[in-house]
Amino acid sequence: MKQTVVALAIMGFGLSVAQAQEMVVKLGSVAPLTGTISHLGKDNENGARLAVEDANSKGITIGGKKVKFELMGEDDQADPRTGTTVAQRLVDAGVKGVVGHLNSGTTIPASRIYNQAGVPMISPSATNPTLTRQGYKAVFRTIANDVQQGGVLGKFIVGPLAAKTVAIIDDRTAYGQGLADETEKAVKAGGGKIVAREFTTDKATDFNAILTKIRGAKPDVIFFGGMDAQGGPMLRQLKQLGVEAKFVTGDGGCSPEMIKLAGDSIGANAYCSMAGLPLEKMPGGTEFRNRYKARFNTDVQIYSPYAYDAAMSMIKAMQAANSTDPAKYLPELKKSNYPGVTGTVAFDDLGDIKDGAVTMYQFKAGTWAPM
Amino acid sequence: MEIFLQQIVNGLVVGSVYALVALGYTMVYGILGLINFAHGDLVMVGALTALQTMMFLMGVAPGMSPIAMLTLSLLVAIPVCMLLAFTMERLAYRPLRNAPRLAPLITAIGVSFLLQTLAMIIWGRNYHTFPQLISTTPIQPIEGVFITPIQITIIIVSALMMAGLILLVTKTKLGRAMRATAENHRVAALMGVDTNMIIALTFVLGAALAAVAGVMFASNYGIAHYGMGFMPGLKAFTAAVLGGIGNLGGAMLGGIVLGLVESFGAGYIEQATFGFLNSSYQDIFAFIILGLVLIFKPTGLLGERVSDRA
Amino acid sequence: MNELALAVPWLGKRNPQAARWLVIAIAIGAPLVAMMFGRTWVRVLDFALLYILLALGLNLVVGFAGLLDLGYIAFYAVGAYTAAFLASPHFDLHTPIWIVLPLAAFFAAMAGITLGFPVLRLRGDYLAIVTLGFGEIVRIFMNNLNYPINITNGPQGINSLDPIVLFGWDLSRNIQVTEELAINSLFLYYYFFLACVVGSIIFISRLQISRVGRAWAAMRDDELAAKAIGINTRNMKLLAFSLGATFGGVSGVLFGTFQGFVSPESFSLMESIAVLTMVVFGGMGNIAGAIVGAIILSALPEILRHLAVPVQQALFGHVLLDPEVLRMLLLSLAMILMMLLRPSGLIPANAKYSHIRYLKAKGVTE
Repeated sequence: MKQTVVALAIMGFGLSVAQAQEMVVKLGSVAPLTGTISHLGKDNENGARLAVEDANSKGITIGGKKVKFELMGEDDQADPRTGTTVAQRLVDAGVKGVVGHLNSGTTIPASRIYNQAGVPMISPSATNPTLTRQGYKAVFRTIANDVQQGGVLGKFIVGPLAAKTVAIIDDRTAYGQGLADETEKAVKAGGGKIVAREFTTDKATDFNAILTKIRGAKPDVIFFGGMDAQGGPMLRQLKQLGVEAKFVTGDGGCSPEMIKLAGDSIGANAYCSMAGLPLEKMPGGTEFRNRYKARFNTDVQIYSPYAYDAAMSMIKAMQAANSTDPAKYLPELKKSNYPGVTGTVAFDDLGDIKDGAVTMYQFKAGTWAPM
Repeated sequence: MEIFLQQIVNGLVVGSVYALVALGYTMVYGILGLINFAHGDLVMVGALTALQTMMFLMGVAPGMSPIAMLTLSLLVAIPVCMLLAFTMERLAYRPLRNAPRLAPLITAIGVSFLLQTLAMIIWGRNYHTFPQLISTTPIQPIEGVFITPIQITIIIVSALMMAGLILLVTKTKLGRAMRATAENHRVAALMGVDTNMIIALTFVLGAALAAVAGVMFASNYGIAHYGMGFMPGLKAFTAAVLGGIGNLGGAMLGGIVLGLVESFGAGYIEQATFGFLNSSYQDIFAFIILGLVLIFKPTGLLGERVSDRA
Repeated sequence: MNELALAVPWLGKRNPQAARWLVIAIAIGAPLVAMMFGRTWVRVLDFALLYILLALGLNLVVGFAGLLDLGYIAFYAVGAYTAAFLASPHFDLHTPIWIVLPLAAFFAAMAGITLGFPVLRLRGDYLAIVTLGFGEIVRIFMNNLNYPINITNGPQGINSLDPIVLFGWDLSRNIQVTEELAINSLFLYYYFFLACVVGSIIFISRLQISRVGRAWAAMRDDELAAKAIGINTRNMKLLAFSLGATFGGVSGVLFGTFQGFVSPESFSLMESIAVLTMVVFGGMGNIAGAIVGAIILSALPEILRHLAVPVQQALFGHVLLDPEVLRMLLLSLAMILMMLLRPSGLIPANAKYSHIRYLKAKGVTE
């Protein structure tokens, strides 16, 4: 029993250190910075960083004090366990809000820790519906979830693309499988027929075997739930196998990287979906792209605009509440209505982005063109 | 029918890539009894070095013919990999030659991660597009069966490599020294073979193969990435065991068999199991085959020697 | 415990009694010290204890029985998924931990025997690669068994596992002592895990000097000779696999309930290798080694995360290598250098159990 008394004493001590003289407000950003999707992880972090730097250069005052935002960028290695450790670390460091994580698999266990600590968390990229259905008050996302996006994709496939037969591939990750399942449901609901359901992994490079099988089923459309690193080579192999079906993928493949990796094998029969409105059509969207390029010397991948919006909506909410205390600015965050780079950021009761607009893109003239 | 034939082609191509990598594995294992986990990463280094060279060449001599460019980049990638393998053997593996079994294995895993990390520092985290200098426009030898020139090249190259290696091992003095060292390096040393040199040479030779495999792999799929070597490396090892480790023809056979099994497995497992299993189990075939072979025929398909190196 | 005490530098050899008390004091006091640096470190300690359990179990297989297992994490997965099946909303079962733990241990042991039977004849590298395959097969099944019947919920994982409840006392809740002071649940988990670890240490150290332990050592050092003196090597191997697996399974249950979420990506090949590195780094065949290895290697990434950026900024003025790159770099270098410079680990096993050393001393081998 003695040690608990000591523990109490130390904890009391720990609590009182947090108050500092300067008004430095820490925000966290978590994404995998190592591993197969680390390029996307860095992209997320950069997006949040840009927002923080913008806020700092504007010189924001909250509660009468000039505020300097600081971004703690952490690596969760796309590993759930590391994700919880990192979450705890951010909470300890006294962050006022977190932009992250990237994968649903890491976001879900981490959200529990943020929730216990009362730190608001906005994921710019985790699309698993479960995330916002855990009953946590301070969990949000700036991206359409699988149900929203899969619904749009399914309607698009049977509607505008007028597909009767559809083949579906997923990469057996939480993201790919979730999106593929929702798309499958929507296709079936729209009267489409699933003629092949195939699988690969997020580390694979050879898809010839499953693509050959799909070729045998002669689908009108092939849908792939997965990331650009697989989507690009998949397009090449489709061409090499002489498959002419239309190719549709979700936001994971809606990147310049996808176009780069597919080389000359991508054509007007490739489509992808992305939550929010096209960057080019947004006020300041093109500017975002250029500024991002100038600042980080690399192109926007996928989710950095969402990470930017996530960080920005947090900062806006703090301004509106005139406080950086999570408990005080959380209500403001809940009723956010902030015109972001990806569209209007407003959350529904669960914390999902409201009416989660999803835009379809088609490959045209070397880039993804909004339809 | 054309689907069936197409799956054979797919299997042959993948199998040839496995075979190319497996040749390197089997040589090193044959001579040292060491699973050189880092061999797969040499494949990656080969591919990325070649990519770097191509980028450079495209910058200085934009009009260069693709074949010249490919040859030149191979001429850079091969020595780089050889040098790397030599260093690796000298610094990490040689001091451990008489250590307990586990030590070199752990070291090899460490070297593998080290190479990946260094590659990540040098070439970044992104996937790179690899210029496909050999055409990827498919031809149809039979109606409905597609094969590309690069895929044909891969099959030919791996067959040539295997043939060349077999000649080297069976017909030359160096080959005899290698076989003697593999058999018993202490006795070989007594017979006047410089076993250290031979072992180093084996590593270097394996690395040259890895570089070629890397360039072929990357040319076929059009991508290169710092983590691209690990999984094919593991599969290739399986192939080597399947064929009979230490046996060059076996590595080739094992690679092709594994390629075909994966291809047919992914293509037909759903029908075969009445929809209960599906292509999501594609990656377990290699391991199941490996287990079965080791349990029922530990010498592999073509192995003669009982490898009981506990 | 004694081994651990003896491993304490300087003090261990001079005053084992004092060293023993020091070890106990550290074990009990660690989270309190960690708390001063933040709760993260208590969480890191909690995970370190889980890794100790894993390392102890793997050490049974690799260190004691000499069977190189690269798919050990599969048993961890079996444990974690047993907990997820029996105590979560997934099947709407909420079995108490007292039933889940032994069941998970049983299933893991069964899995161990399932793996053990076919690989009885294999040794060395072959065994390593087959066990690696086994680990991957288990992970792939966990990842795909959501179809045609949803068993594991596939890549989505299973969420909201029941927390551990001991005699009506929920470990996941902070204990509110007064309005402002609470004992964090991380502490409760720490002491519960510590109890499990201590129990395991006592069990294993008894086992090590028992008939079974000696039979394993004999088998590891020379299988033929062991057979010749009448040791049933088949049963001994199966026992090693199943007992080792049991620890993995128990650790898996604790992991699942602590984290509240299990998904297949937690059970990758990397994790198997990480645990193996812990055992090897600390010293194979040695309880203290496994413990020290597990603590150091599970805490290292977090320490790096903390120190890498400020240290580099102080030295070079800017950040040359991200902490995560540095972590990979250091881990791989540690693996290589450790093998080259100190192959028997940080804390080498006792000479009488150490095959190579003994033979070297006798001049039997180089």
